[in-house]
Amino acid sequence: MKTSGFHLGLCALLLAAVMPLGAQAHRAWLLPSSTVLSGDEPWLTVDAAISNDLFYFEHQPMRLDGVSVLAPDGSSVKLENAGTGRYRSTFDVRLEQKGTYKVVRLNEGLFASYQVDGETQRYRGSADGFASAVPAGATDLRVTLTRGRIETFVTAGAPTTEVFQPTGVGLELVPVTHPNDLFAGETAEFRFLLDGKPAAALEVVVIPGGIRYRDQLQEAKYVTDSDGLIRIEWPAPGLYWLNATAESAPTAVTPGTEGAAERRERASYAATLEVLPL
Amino acid sequence: MPDSRPFKSARVAVALALLCAGSVQAAAPTVTIEIPRLSVAEYHRPYTAIWLEDGAQRFVANLAVWYDVKQPNKKGNEWLKDMRQWWRKSGRTLDMPVDGISGATRPPGEHRLAFDGNAAPWKDLAPGEYRLVVEAAREVGGRELIAVPFRWPVEAPQRLEASGEHELGKIVLEFTP
Repeated sequence: MKTSGFHLGLCALLLAAVMPLGAQAHRAWLLPSSTVLSGDEPWLTVDAAISNDLFYFEHQPMRLDGVSVLAPDGSSVKLENAGTGRYRSTFDVRLEQKGTYKVVRLNEGLFASYQVDGETQRYRGSADGFASAVPAGATDLRVTLTRGRIETFVTAGAPTTEVFQPTGVGLELVPVTHPNDLFAGETAEFRFLLDGKPAAALEVVVIPGGIRYRDQLQEAKYVTDSDGLIRIEWPAPGLYWLNATAESAPTAVTPGTEGAAERRERASYAATLEVLPL
Repeated sequence: MPDSRPFKSARVAVALALLCAGSVQAAAPTVTIEIPRLSVAEYHRPYTAIWLEDGAQRFVANLAVWYDVKQPNKKGNEWLKDMRQWWRKSGRTLDMPVDGISGATRPPGEHRLAFDGNAAPWKDLAPGEYRLVVEAAREVGGRELIAVPFRWPVEAPQRLEASGEHELGKIVLEFTP
């Protein structure tokens, strides 16, 4: 069992590897203005940030590169009024279709350390750029590929499930219980997939928002079964941040990493979920 | 003919039974909902949904939904989701307004709804346990949900009551079969 400290460190390392801002990031999240909407063509505003406490803008904005919004029919929706401030990024989405939308931020990166003339050097950036960045003659190459997925779900009208189609890449959540149908006192079931296959024995951490106004983190930990399933009992209404990280051996060799002494892959998943009072 | 008599009397018995059944189902349900008068800085009449659930709290039928039905471009639909349980159980799959259900929001006071027990949805209710559910949500105010359990069919006059504490006052369900 991993400790929360380990998790934080892992998370920070992982995000640091893919955050060009150099943020010593802790928790990355997409915060929707609403998750359940009625009426014709409602608007959604999403705040995106990386912070210590959930869900406060107090550290770094999340960069909006790699953010996309999937409409209920699976098409991509334009981000409107997008901007990045000191502590957060924000954008609007016009919900023209009825059904469930998924807001996603994907990032992929490569973190490497190696020796050149007896000195340790590091690389943080895209996997594509690594081959040209690593000097010839680098030794003791240690490489970690990172794939991060950050999501939130929003429904206008009746919930739909089209946006839950997994891509088969990285760590993904496939809802069994609809993520916009979560109520305090009820149990939700979610399946996790790693590269399209059930992610068994994966530790999933769930933390309620509002950390600033309480002393204890109140995180709950779950471990997926052989089908990648967890069941979460929601103790109280509110916003929750769900997070998991899976490590595996890379399936393909990234150019420039052929002679690596160590090659790892880390896939992470985070989602913001809203639980309503019954 | 002597052998026709039992047949006739059987027919009469069936007819009587049907009549009785009819009168039992014509329980003339009435629902009285009290919208409390509130002393608040900004008052808006509550959105209110009234529906029937079965004993397992599964949605059966809508009786009434009071909301800003008159706003242009269905703008009033924006807050329908604030009646959270109704939205979850029924509203989100409806295209409001719905004839026979939608109505304007009501002012503080008692509002009485009379139903025909021989008409839908009452006539279609299988015998069993049910709940009359009233959910009110007020703009810049609170939300409250009150349920009144009852058993159907109703054979004797009945008066069932429940009381809200915040957004709803007394809820009375009466049957006069």
